Amino acid sequence: MAALTREETEALIQEVLEVYPDAAKKDRAKHLAVNDQSLEKSNKCITSNRKSLPGVMTIRGCAYAGSKGVVWGPIKDMIHISHGPVGCGQYSRAGRRNYYVGTTGVNTFGTMNFTSDFQEKDIVFGGDKKLAKIMHEIEELFPLNKGISIQSECPIGLIGDDIEAVAKKANKEINKPVVPVRCEGFRGVSQSLGHHIANDAIRDWVLENRDGDDSFPTTPYDVAVIGDYNIGGDAWSSRTLLEEMGLRVVAQWSGDGTIAEMEKTPKVKLNLIHCYRSMNYIARHMEEKYKIPWIEYNFFGPTKIAESLRKIAALFDETIQANAEKVIARYQAEYEAVIAKYKPRLQGKRVMLYVGGLRPRHVIGAYEDLGMEVVGTGYEFGHNDDYDRTIKEMGNATLIYDDVTGYEFEEFVKRVKPDLIGSGVKEKYIFQKMGVPFRQMHSWDYSGPYHGYDGFAIFARDMDMTLNNPCWKQIKAPWKAAASEQVAVAAGA
Amino acid sequence: MPNVMLKKNADGKLVFYVPKKDLEEVAESVEFDSPEQWGGEVLLSDGSKYYFEPQAQPDFPVTLRAKRVDSGE
Ligand code: SF4
Repeated sequence: MAALTREETEALIQEVLEVYPDAAKKDRAKHLAVNDQSLEKSNKCITSNRKSLPGVMTIRGCAYAGSKGVVWGPIKDMIHISHGPVGCGQYSRAGRRNYYVGTTGVNTFGTMNFTSDFQEKDIVFGGDKKLAKIMHEIEELFPLNKGISIQSECPIGLIGDDIEAVAKKANKEINKPVVPVRCEGFRGVSQSLGHHIANDAIRDWVLENRDGDDSFPTTPYDVAVIGDYNIGGDAWSSRTLLEEMGLRVVAQWSGDGTIAEMEKTPKVKLNLIHCYRSMNYIARHMEEKYKIPWIEYNFFGPTKIAESLRKIAALFDETIQANAEKVIARYQAEYEAVIAKYKPRLQGKRVMLYVGGLRPRHVIGAYEDLGMEVVGTGYEFGHNDDYDRTIKEMGNATLIYDDVTGYEFEEFVKRVKPDLIGSGVKEKYIFQKMGVPFRQMHSWDYSGPYHGYDGFAIFARDMDMTLNNPCWKQIKAPWKAAASEQVAVAAGA
Repeated sequence: MPNVMLKKNADGKLVFYVPKKDLEEVAESVEFDSPEQWGGEVLLSDGSKYYFEPQAQPDFPVTLRAKRVDSGE
């Protein structure tokens, strides 16, 4: 199907909005746009980071998900207590596939669920005593933990427990960092505020721990990887590239990360930000307080990887710059072979995305490397600075949708007819049943890594495997397929 | 009176960031821009204007309070 023109796309948005009541229509209209590359600023065309409408299907999470699930959860040597009733933590346990090395339950705790399991009496009488007791239990059962974080669920804010006081007291008693995080689910409009709250907690309770302590030997090539959650091993396939270039990765935030790495981050020379949305706050803080510059980079697909490696190298000396070229050259044969193999199978295919964080814009380059085109994209919980960064990446007249509703997404897909959709597990089965090839792009559909050159090979294979799967030809029931063929024959005659 | 985070970008231009509004803009002009005196009216590339109390040039990046002069609309 040919690409839609600007007018057609605008008409499509109007058509989709038609079913809403007036107030909802007015609100949703602000979140849907046709991309215009000539715009410098996204606030001219799209509104974001606003409360979702009651009654529509939204795909967002809560602030607790942003803090526990995204930012803090992957810090593997700490124990993160989901403070409140058992469900919030249990139903999200290990869902993000943040890989790590270590022995779970002994010195790492990534996939385990710790909760204070609130009952009625804790709501009525307060849970502070229980929380204090839990810390000691943890110390006894898991003595190799390197610290504890308290991730508040909704009830904690509602009943007004003083988790800060409990944390301070426990910190003295167990002599390890104890971090209270006020990330109750009701704060903010999406998980995004949870990221911010989690960043602020790191700023207030972790970053200063080694101020004035110079015992850590530094080098001029120290960097920190920030905002890589090591989903399916992403941070590993990124880190090797940086190390091959001659940089020393001192800290990984927070995939496969440790609290010690976080504490050492203020000593690095440069912060490298992959997921801008969830961790720009702390990078900006470090820039101001410790004068550590930060840059954004993108390790999806060879074009963007080369661009990013050069951009990073430009901030160091000539040895590093020469090394960056060597790294790119070393992998050239490898990624060219990947492109040679898959591009002919994927060329010209059109993709619609709807994900969170950095992916709605970062993966575009990887698809383009395979000759594919992204014709629609949107963020679950992006802000306008994300859309500012997206406008230039997307083609003109393509669709941009913020906090898209289930209904809108389905209607867009019916009309735009993409060859592939990349979104979350809640969308997966709807679109598969509609007969559209689908990849779950939050946790790489149980695959990965997708970052770096190694990841690109897996990315290309996965896209091909999904798109060119013979099952899509079997979607129609045989008798229906036969019937429509007859109609076609009759019409043709 | 928003809190504004100011830094210099690679081209030496002043970058304006207002966290609450996700506003990230390059400053077109700064009224006083010498080591002894810095501040006054700052014009952003989107046309809006902010005012900073004139002061000795701060050590960027830094967070300062600014007054909104006009929205540019
Ligand atoms: S909104 Fe509240 S109750 Fe629901 S998952 Fe988030 S923290 Fe738990």
